Parts: sequence; structure tokens; C-alpha cells
Amino acid sequence: MQKIEIVAGRGLPLLIDDIDTDRIIPARYLRCVTFEGLGDHVFEDDRKQSPDHPFDDPRFQGAKVLITGRNFGCGSSREHAPQALIRWGIQAIVGESFAEIFFGNCTANGVPAVCAAPADLKKLAAAVLAEPARPLAVDLVQSVIRCGDLTVTCTMQDGARRSLVTGNWDFLGQLVEAETEIRQTAQRLPYLTNFT
Amino acid sequence: MTSTASSVNLFNRVWNEHTVREMPSGQTQLFIGQHLIHEVTSPQAFQMLRDRGLKVLFPQRTLATVDHIIPTLSQARPFADGLAEEMMSAIERNCREFGVTLLNTSDPRQGIVHVVGPELGVTQPGITLACGDSHTSTHGAFGCIAFGIGTSQVADVLASQTMALSRPRVRQVRVSGKLHRGVFAKDVILHIIRKLGVQGGVGFAYEYAGPVFDAMTMEERMTVCNMSIEGGARCGYVNPDQTTVEYLRGRPLAPQGAAFDRAAAWWLGLASGPDAEFDDRVEIDGAQIEPTVTWGINPGQSVGVSERIPAVSSFSPEEQAGAREALSFMGFDENHPIQGTRIDVAFIGSCTNGRISDLREAANVARGRKVAANVRALVVPGSQQVRHQAEAEGLDQVFQEAGFEWRAAGCSMCLAMNPDKLIGREICASSSNRNFKGRQGSPTGRTLLMSPAMVAAAAVSGCVADVRKLVH
Repeated sequence: MQKIEIVAGRGLPLLIDDIDTDRIIPARYLRCVTFEGLGDHVFEDDRKQSPDHPFDDPRFQGAKVLITGRNFGCGSSREHAPQALIRWGIQAIVGESFAEIFFGNCTANGVPAVCAAPADLKKLAAAVLAEPARPLAVDLVQSVIRCGDLTVTCTMQDGARRSLVTGNWDFLGQLVEAETEIRQTAQRLPYLTNFT
Repeated sequence: MTSTASSVNLFNRVWNEHTVREMPSGQTQLFIGQHLIHEVTSPQAFQMLRDRGLKVLFPQRTLATVDHIIPTLSQARPFADGLAEEMMSAIERNCREFGVTLLNTSDPRQGIVHVVGPELGVTQPGITLACGDSHTSTHGAFGCIAFGIGTSQVADVLASQTMALSRPRVRQVRVSGKLHRGVFAKDVILHIIRKLGVQGGVGFAYEYAGPVFDAMTMEERMTVCNMSIEGGARCGYVNPDQTTVEYLRGRPLAPQGAAFDRAAAWWLGLASGPDAEFDDRVEIDGAQIEPTVTWGINPGQSVGVSERIPAVSSFSPEEQAGAREALSFMGFDENHPIQGTRIDVAFIGSCTNGRISDLREAANVARGRKVAANVRALVVPGSQQVRHQAEAEGLDQVFQEAGFEWRAAGCSMCLAMNPDKLIGREICASSSNRNFKGRQGSPTGRTLLMSPAMVAAAAVSGCVADVRKLVH
């Protein structure tokens, strides 16, 4: 798979805590058998209720890096949420923290979800607001986020970070390679051997 | 780990047993003993297998049911909703093609995946379990480790019976003392989330321990574990004990005969012992817990029923924006008592509180009373078996005489993927698990989470009411 070391692009600030996946993609759009078209409905209900929502702001169109708050992606496990963000154009997410299932779904789709300190998130958002066309760079190798003169540190769960930077985020391909070990594990589990 | 055997907690013991190998990234390839799937998060996963020419490695270790999109009035096919019908056709085709057992609507075992697994005896102590649904944490009630996963991981488990994970830390959440009358498992978990926060469990598995959980039935433990994810913990579990063993005895897919006795011995031996080590410990006094109601837009925003909706100024500076957003969306005033809040809809059901004991508690409140004129109320059993049991006990009559609608099994208005939805700004007293903006089908609809008995109390009162005053 592609090595994901740096994601560079314009930012989109959405500094709200506890954004759940129902808000990212309302459940009615889960009535589907593919992920196609989900990008058209990302944050749909929030956007209808606030006409100045950042996803509708002309200054942030074409953004690739979402800047958000604490516990982003909490709630439902729906992979439709990162898929909707990806299909809108988001390629990296910077936040104070992420819900675990959402984080795993992002990694499985090659989208780094990296953590930064709240004060640094405010600085990054301010830098984007001041000059929306200026790109951010989320650097997974150096563990920093750069925006013009501003450089802040970021962290990411190491296993996920390594899988992205080494191009090993296609877990399915790696997992099936271990079929022999998988069968050996199954053979030692009491409940798969009638508890003998 | 350098720990001695007796210091290893259940979570780490089960994790170690299921470790296949270390991945190049440093993550663990973990064997998943039981996989459960449903119609919403599986179609793209099966397509991923087709795209790569992969098979389901252990088809007998995956069980499918249908729940999220199931209409609860008429289940005649084709469904009126063409998109729902397409999803039904997809899971039927996928299960047939890949050799997976499907409990369809025509099967008396069908129901919400987290109700069906336990009642069939599929969910057992010491196993690893995964399902493409965040409320998979429910199954931890049996002392297994159960993960909610996304669709890519559903594909991983289908194709390899394993997935790549980083080991979480383990926090023991001990609830001491004894619950007061009228305080239920739902109140316990809402209280825990209120105290530890909706993000407090990120990176942790929660072990629920202490006298309050020891005294709980399996169904009560399921309610608690179900909402672990609402506190940020992907897994939550209770150590297996004699209550667990007796619940499983005789279940159709549990071990039978002599194998059951061998299984029970293994199960009981997995429990965290008195020397078990944890990465963190929290203690909560069960006697302090009141019937609890949410007032905001996440499950941590709750108060005891005798309390007032908190003032924004009572929150830390970082929390104030969230509290303000919640009050604004809900249209509630700070410092206002939660009791007496008018409701429009009452919903009893969901994987959190759609089991037989939940319906019994709600029926105890509804019996001999009438749903308030301004309220529409529905009861949606968690499974067909729950529905049949309730009907055998006459609970359907109790509910219908009180003015509740009695529906077929499914997820229904917990997330409103089927036709059961809030309309406009309606306020719903709900026994479900999420009060997120728009969760119950109307983008501006509002949800108050509470126990099923409290929902019934609200339904007959027309407003949030203290169930302790209704049941003696």
C-alpha cells in the first residue's frame, strides 16, 4: 500500500468536542450497500441547522485537513462516517482525541487521525482562519503539524502510525497471510475443541 | 508481561489466549472466536472479500441476523422502503454465497444482534467476539472480550477470523454498596458515564466489579456493558460467576451435557482474582445513584431525577461550550428541574433495554394506568423470543391496555433506520443508549435517556417523573 508520511492541504476548523458519527453521517444514509455518494451528506443535519457551517464555508472548500476537538467520532461504529469525510475530500484529521472505533476505521482507510494539545489546535485553527489558502502539513514521520511559521507536535497510537508510514495499513492482506498460525490458535482454544 | 498468573486480569488472560502473532506495525493479530453480523455494516465487507477473491475462513463462527432496518409494523416482503429491501436482499445473498447462517425475519430466533447472541448461548465467557456495531460491548456481561468494529474490520474477521488491534489498558470500575429501590442497571451505567465522562474510557477496557454487579442478573449486566462505549470504553465486562453459568445452562448453542460442566469450570477460572492488577481503578458508591435522566446531547449529560438541569457555570471552562450547545439544542433552561419536563413520545426497546426483564419492569409501571393523552408510546421487544415470552406473560396486554403500541422485534426508534421516527422537535423518553442530535430520526428531535421503568413512568405522566413515586 501507499506509504502515508505527510498529508498536506488546506485546513478546515471545526473546534467542537464530542462530535458523534450520527452527526457526521445521519443514520438514514446508512440504508445503502456501498459507500458511494456519502460525501454529499456529510454533516448534513448540522449544516442545515447552521448555514455558516465550516463545510459550507467557501473559504474551506477543497480542504484536506479537518481540525477538531475532543472525542471526535464517538458513538456508532459506522465506517460510513470516515467514508463520508473522505468522499468530501478530507485526508487527515487533527483533534484533541478520537473515539477508538472511528480511529481504527480511519487507519483502515489510510486517513491519519492525529492528536494535538487543545492550545495548539486553537493556534492551528486561528492560522487557517487568518489565511485559509495556506496549506497545513501533517507529518507522521516527524510527528508535527506545520502551517506557515507555526509548528506544533502531534501524537498518534504507534501501531497505527507505523502501519501508515510503512504502507502496511492494508490489514486484510496481512491478516490472511497468517492462516497457519490462525488455525493453530483455533486448535488451542477450549471452546473450539469441545472443552476437552 | 512479567505478572504471575493470579495477577493477570480476565481481559489480559483472554487477550493472551487469543493472540495469533505480532503484526509488523507492533499491533496484535487477535483471533476472534465469534463474529456476529447484521444488514447495515456487512454488505461492503462482503464486497471487499469478493474484490480480492477471498472466502470466509470459518463460516460456522459467524452468525447473521437482521435488526437495524426492520419495520416493526408489517414485515411483509418486499419492504415498503426500497433501500431497506435492497439491504435485506444483500445480506440474504451474501450469507447464502459465503455459507453463513442467517436468522431472517421468518426465523423465530431473529432479533437485535446483541439480544440474540446471549439468548441463544452464542455469547460465552472467555471468548473474543466482534460485530460491526459499537454496542457489541454488551456481550462483555458474560466475561468475554467483545469489540465493536467498522466495516473494514468486518471484512478482516470474515476473511481471517482475526483482526489487528492495540491492547487497551484495563480500568476496574467498582460499584460498592447496594442500589436503592427504583434504581436500575441503566441508572448505574448512566451514573458511571456522568462521573467518568463520555471520553473517560478511551484507551481502556472497563472491568465492572463489586457488590452491585455481583448482585445483578445477566440482563442487568448486559445493560451496563452495552453502554461502555458511551463512556468511551470499547469493551466492558463483568467476571463470569455462578449467575453466568446458570444463565447459559440449557441455551441451544451453549455447550451441552458433560461439555457444559467442563466449560463452566473453565469459565469460572477465567475471572480476575483478588490479586488481579489493573492499569487504573475507580470506586463509586451505589447508594448514591438515583434514577437518572439525560438532559443534553451526549449520554454523559445527565442528572438524578430529583436534581436540576445544571448551570453552564457549574462546568469547567473547557466543558462550557458543550453544555451551552446542548441546552440550546434541547431548548432547556439551566437550573430547571428535570422532573416535569414534558414528553411527546415514549420508546421502550433497543439492545440496551429491550429484554424480557426490561419489559417486565416497564409493565409493572404501566399496569392499570393510561399513557398520557399528549404522548405516543411504543414497546419494541429486542427479539422475537422476547416478544413471545412477553406475550406468554400477558405483558403485551398490559401495555396495550395502557395505550402503548406493541411492535415486532428490531432496533426501531433507537436509531430510526426503519419507519419509527420522531417528528420535528418532539421529545422522546427513551430506554435506548444515545441522545445524540438527530439520533431518533428527526434532525431536530430530542431524546431523554432513562431506564425502561422511568420511560413507562414518563409515558403515563406525560412528563419526566420519578418512578419511585409510582411503584410501591
